Amino acid sequence: MPAAPSAGPVALLRRTLRLGFEAIERPLDRLFGPALNPLAQLGALGFFLFWTVAVTGIYLFIFFDTGIERAYESVERVTDAYWFHAGVTRSLHRYASDLMVVMVAAHLLREFAHDRCRGVRWYSWLTGLPIVALLYISGITGYWLVWDRLAQYVALVTSELLDWLGIFGEPIARNFIATGTLTGRFFTLMVFMHVAVPLFLLFLMWVHILRISRPKVNPPRTLAALLLASLVAAALWKPAVSQGHVDLAVLPSPIRLDWFYLPLYPLTDLWSRGAVWGLLAAFFVMFAAIPWLPPLRRAKAAEVDLAHCNGCARCAEDCPYEAIRMVRRTDGMAFPTQAEVNPSLCVACGICVGACPSSTPFRRSEELKTGIDLPDYPLRVLREHVTAAAATLNGPGRILVLACEHGGGGRAARAHGTARVTLPCVAMAPPPLVDFILSKDLADGILIAGCAESACHHRLGVAWTEQRIAATRDPHLRARVPRERVARIWASEFETRRCADELAAMRRRVLTLPPARLRSPHSSSLTEALSSPQPPSPAAMPAKERGNV
Amino acid sequence: MITAGRRVLQFCVLALVAAAVAALGSGPAYRQIPDGTGVLMLTFVHAADRRTECRRLTAEEVAKLPPNMRRVQDCPRERRPLYIELDVDGRTIYRHSLPPTGIAGDGPSRVYEKFVLPAGRYAVDVRLRDTARADGFDHERREDVVLAADQILVIDFNPAAGGFVFR
Repeated sequence: MPAAPSAGPVALLRRTLRLGFEAIERPLDRLFGPALNPLAQLGALGFFLFWTVAVTGIYLFIFFDTGIERAYESVERVTDAYWFHAGVTRSLHRYASDLMVVMVAAHLLREFAHDRCRGVRWYSWLTGLPIVALLYISGITGYWLVWDRLAQYVALVTSELLDWLGIFGEPIARNFIATGTLTGRFFTLMVFMHVAVPLFLLFLMWVHILRISRPKVNPPRTLAALLLASLVAAALWKPAVSQGHVDLAVLPSPIRLDWFYLPLYPLTDLWSRGAVWGLLAAFFVMFAAIPWLPPLRRAKAAEVDLAHCNGCARCAEDCPYEAIRMVRRTDGMAFPTQAEVNPSLCVACGICVGACPSSTPFRRSEELKTGIDLPDYPLRVLREHVTAAAATLNGPGRILVLACEHGGGGRAARAHGTARVTLPCVAMAPPPLVDFILSKDLADGILIAGCAESACHHRLGVAWTEQRIAATRDPHLRARVPRERVARIWASEFETRRCADELAAMRRRVLTLPPARLRSPHSSSLTEALSSPQPPSPAAMPAKERGNV
Repeated sequence: MITAGRRVLQFCVLALVAAAVAALGSGPAYRQIPDGTGVLMLTFVHAADRRTECRRLTAEEVAKLPPNMRRVQDCPRERRPLYIELDVDGRTIYRHSLPPTGIAGDGPSRVYEKFVLPAGRYAVDVRLRDTARADGFDHERREDVVLAADQILVIDFNPAAGGFVFR
């Protein structure tokens, strides 16, 4: 069954954040379209900015000279003499890395707000935390290389913080005051760190996306081009410059800080270094605990019924979480493979049920079975819910809403007094269910109401539903189903008004349509269908029927 | 169909974000210490004498040791704490006993302290005890210094250079 909404302070915080994102995201949806909405591409933009920083960094390294005096001079040469290429590249390097912090922070907050960090999604959340740490280490080591007054400040405060840990024999902060112990080897070390840490960061970014299928690591080209152009514009408007050569005998004050990378540094002047470390530790512990605040009561993982599985692999193709893989057949049937669910990765979204060609409510069986099903919300129960909800419809213009539990369609239908069936994800509804509803005259029209297109809770539910209805993805909606009686709306939980308007508009539209005359593949009534004997196994079914019911 | 106007609008929104990032990426300015002040920094790493003197082992004691570990003296590793005082214009602003570092207490003592003072002339007196003596000091330096605004005046200790060094 779809999960009940959770309550409590964390849930309230999530909802408040969702409202905040909603206020930004919907206008961006209108301006950019769901496909180009930057808020729907935060992770992909993070990857894009990483590559931007990497490429610009490699280019800058051509001009960079290590050494106490030479480092600063080489950066100044880059900024002044070669401003039109290397100078702009330096600014791009800076601003892209700053924007990466913004993207990562927004990505983290958005995933938290949409509750995409609990349950089996803990893995992506936890692997994201070291990414945050390494991102900061990469940025901070980069500031040291310029060896200007900001570098002096960063070096001094960072080393004072590290000294508090007591892991070095001598206070390393003494290297950055007038004690004359700093040598050129320091820059060699910093260059090494500034290269090695981002490489490790990239490795962790790969680990971060291991447990999701079809991860978005490249934003749409148009969006990437627009973002790059805007960064170049910012670089030309406000070039990144140094803040004067280091003088170890003079405190770098005042100093223009990078508030994205160094927001905690001024705290060291107000708090003890131990307190700053304590704040950082508390931040990481709290964020690491979020997937279990509170623990997600997980629905049972999808289960494969081999008697109805022909190994077509559509469930594995469509699963957004890499929870299904195809393995060698174990039951002796004449198919090379069978689906296998990894329960530790399955979120019970039901997308696999919607992808299974055996998932057809037309099947005459005492207990409707399919190749892969949710134990807590099987296809049989879904069909019962549909027929029960449809039975409450009367009069002309009967609209049945198939609503995603994360979207606004369910609430709108309830407010509108329209029958609705709620699903964990609309992509759980197999296309034959739509055919079934209309051909059995259970409703005059169907409104499929999912999450906002740019914020699909189960990542791919909206895309798969659209493609199945457009008949570009199997299993697809049969051509005989009148498309004018099937509408989709992708709206967030806060867009109930838009859903209600769409519902009313659809009812008016349906009322103008001539009576539907669909030829049912089974002329028998639903009651007959429910009381009929079990269907033949996939092996006994004709190949055409097995693959595309 | 995406019009050129909409594309320009999209660019403007992203450019606005990039401009905000550029602005916040290099400002506003932060001042660590109040205007017109400087920093007097007391920092050095120095090992005090060992807590107990080395003792010559007797012939019997040496004989008891395994042949490959026989030595003439027994020198306990643990060091004494350093005792340090810093006066500015006759007022003691720092007085501390600095324990030796290391798990066995055999490492040097360390100090890294910053004092923010208004710019101006000061009579600085720094004293250090690093031996077994009960009172008095082994090293001392008294000097009139001029601290400029934003200056970092370091008081270091280097026995090879004769004791306290003002940089």
